[in-house]
Amino acid sequence: MGNKITVNPITRLEGHGKIDIFLNENGDVEDAYLQVTELRGFERFCIGRPAEEMPRIVPNICGVCPTPHNMASTKALDSIYGVTPTPAAKLVRTLQYNANFIEDHYIHFFFLAAPDFVVGPEANPVERNILGVINKVGLDIGKRVIDIRRRTRDIIKLIASKPSHPEGGLPGGVPRGIKQEERKTIIETADLCVEFAQFALQLFKDVVLKNKDYLDLILSDVYNLKTYYMALVDENKKVNFYEGKLRVIDPNGKEVSFFHPNDYTEYIGEWVEPWTYVRLTYLRKIGWKGLIEGDDTSLYRVGPLARFNVSEGMATPLAQKEYEQMVSTLGKPAHHTLAYHWARLIEALQAAEDLQRISIDPLLTSTDIRNMNFQFTGKGIGCVEACRGTLIHHYETDNEGLITKVNMIVATQQNAAPIGLSVKKAAQRFIKGGEVREGLLNMAEMAFRAYDPCLGCATHTIHGKMPLVIDVHDHTGNVIKTVSRGA
Amino acid sequence: MAEKPKIAICWFGGCGGCDEAIVDLNEDILKVTNAFEIVLWPIAFDFKYHHIEAMADKTITLSIINGSVRNSEHEELAHLFREKSQLVLAFGACACFGGTPGMANLRSKEDIFQWVYEDAPTVVNPRHNVPQTVTKVGDNELTLPEFYNQVYPLGQVIDVDYYLPGCPPPPNLIYNAISATLSGDLPPKGSTLAPQRALCDVCVRNKTKPERLAISEIKRIHELEADPDKCFLAQGIVCTGPATRAGCGEVCININMPCRGCFGPVEGVTDMGAKYLSAFASLIEAKTEEERKEIIDRLKDPAGYFYRFTTASSILKKRRGALKKA
Ligand code: SF4
Ligand code: SF4
Ligand code: SF4
Repeated sequence: MGNKITVNPITRLEGHGKIDIFLNENGDVEDAYLQVTELRGFERFCIGRPAEEMPRIVPNICGVCPTPHNMASTKALDSIYGVTPTPAAKLVRTLQYNANFIEDHYIHFFFLAAPDFVVGPEANPVERNILGVINKVGLDIGKRVIDIRRRTRDIIKLIASKPSHPEGGLPGGVPRGIKQEERKTIIETADLCVEFAQFALQLFKDVVLKNKDYLDLILSDVYNLKTYYMALVDENKKVNFYEGKLRVIDPNGKEVSFFHPNDYTEYIGEWVEPWTYVRLTYLRKIGWKGLIEGDDTSLYRVGPLARFNVSEGMATPLAQKEYEQMVSTLGKPAHHTLAYHWARLIEALQAAEDLQRISIDPLLTSTDIRNMNFQFTGKGIGCVEACRGTLIHHYETDNEGLITKVNMIVATQQNAAPIGLSVKKAAQRFIKGGEVREGLLNMAEMAFRAYDPCLGCATHTIHGKMPLVIDVHDHTGNVIKTVSRGA
Repeated sequence: MAEKPKIAICWFGGCGGCDEAIVDLNEDILKVTNAFEIVLWPIAFDFKYHHIEAMADKTITLSIINGSVRNSEHEELAHLFREKSQLVLAFGACACFGGTPGMANLRSKEDIFQWVYEDAPTVVNPRHNVPQTVTKVGDNELTLPEFYNQVYPLGQVIDVDYYLPGCPPPPNLIYNAISATLSGDLPPKGSTLAPQRALCDVCVRNKTKPERLAISEIKRIHELEADPDKCFLAQGIVCTGPATRAGCGEVCININMPCRGCFGPVEGVTDMGAKYLSAFASLIEAKTEEERKEIIDRLKDPAGYFYRFTTASSILKKRRGALKKA
């Protein structure tokens, strides 16, 4: 009978996306699709541009996580010019990078995710937003969140100009270093960030983990998805945002690949479907198996939960303690989609601890910020962990350093198929016999919100609500039922 | 109590950075939500397009639109917001001039699709699938907006009342623009809500710019350690400061990177690249024509330097069909 439910708009990565849910004859959910409705073509219009301009062009791919694009691009430049950044330059870059992790993770957690837990998944939608959170936890905390965002974005501004569009990054270094007189504020910010990270984790434990209903929700089958995972790890297999090797584990936690990002084309494949503008990634060695989960899938997930599953721990001491607690609660690998939130908060602590380490490093204010001893290679692959997961920029140039080839693998693209599957699971539970249960909206939202899909600044908003309306159409296209939140 | 004026914030073919810039108002955002009733802000509120459709014409006091028009959905929305709004503000470089993604106008849609869905090294596409506006899945249909051949700045699709440039615009100018709407203290229709001067006029390095600039060698930014106090042009590095509108706070210059022009052209200029290129050419100091050519040859990718944010609004390529309806 072809009933169709359309969720539009959900906001997204490079613009827009929507969710389509199809019902079968019995009115049960047959299928669900996350469609990406936009394409902008960066991979093509960057052809002919001087390579050194790329770190200034690619942040426009996404204004939500422009720093990871800026950084992946800068690292690709390092290899095009065959140069290692000076130790001071690397410190400045990681300072910018950690600041980005902190502001981005918190905006997601407090503005978007917390309303579901702090205010409650069943709460009146009108209150289920950042204002509701503030009502519950107090204005003081709201102000602290705004303050942390401002301070960490100020660090990005100092190093790379506009936080929404960083303009810094040169092969072998950075265009501007840190001045001695700027250090005091950076130390202050770092200290505040560590303190705040611990507070945020405590809040999460008090409000979420100690509440049996919420813990059950995290552990429930609706929010469980069995896939492979991929992330960067350092030489000790600890979580690293800025560099390392890519490790892939199977749904049972066994390492199946461990490779240098330069070899990514051997491991990652991208499938094209006619109903979405986004290329769907999968593990090439297994082959495309379609949109399925379980032991037979070739889909993998990226992002905080993937980093938790793939690594053997956190790189900083306080974060490591938190990691151990998460392992003892959920086991490994954890397939619990909502546990993305927990992992995210632990990462914000690692980023803060690392920020603290950098802030007092004497080298930070060194003026030796450029290595110009170029050994031009004409090819560069830059890989970082963006907040939402692995990000790869691959450029090739002619011998004058003008771009001839660009390929990019971005985080949300890798999660796109799993997000669709997560939404389908929620939909299957909440739509039976053509009856759309009220709970669907928020439950479906929670399923994809956990990924912090860069499917939107939606995830980075003052009221933290993914705009969702589900229209149920009959086969002639008439809307027979509208379910919406917050209206 | 009198009704609050209504404000809508919407994004088309943008990156989200403009929305983040509004969030960067920090506490001031609360002043905005106090003074206005927000009727749409997809990133923050639940209101849907059908809520806007249901409103009477001209009920929205101000629609703030970021991003360019890249596909059929953006175009439909542009007309919808025009109908429902008293004022439309093109917000950010994409809405004003097409922005960075406007550089896609230098490539055809076929060329973009060929790479993205066939040739890219990770693509595996045995069925040669390409996104379709309509796909049959069993008895069902999945639809996608139509991807246009080119990127359009907002003003090429609908009438725009005001422009606020920048990639993204800085918080102080955002705040001023919104306050001006509230107080009704607005310049003539069509104005750009940013200073009329050029970036050079406010740049701290201007004092080191020689009376008459003479460029005898063009350098790329990675090739030298730029002197952080000296005018970029005087160092042979392309900086679009002379042709770019002031107002950004010179943020790139402050991190020792030359301007690339996200604030768009200075007052009265439509084709930023052409204007700058002619000015730039006159700065070249060469004894012979051959020498001049040699110097200019070092300028790789002039389109990418001079039209970084304004390709879509330039005369570079003949328009492949205007979208604007009477
Ligand atoms: S103007 Fe810049 S920040 Fe705004 S949408 Fe366009 S690319 Fe993003
Ligand atoms: S050309 Fe650039 S560096 Fe020189 S004065 Fe103008 S804006 Fe400043
Ligand atoms: S310096 Fe130029 S490119 Fe940088 S923000 Fe200002 S106007 Fe934009």
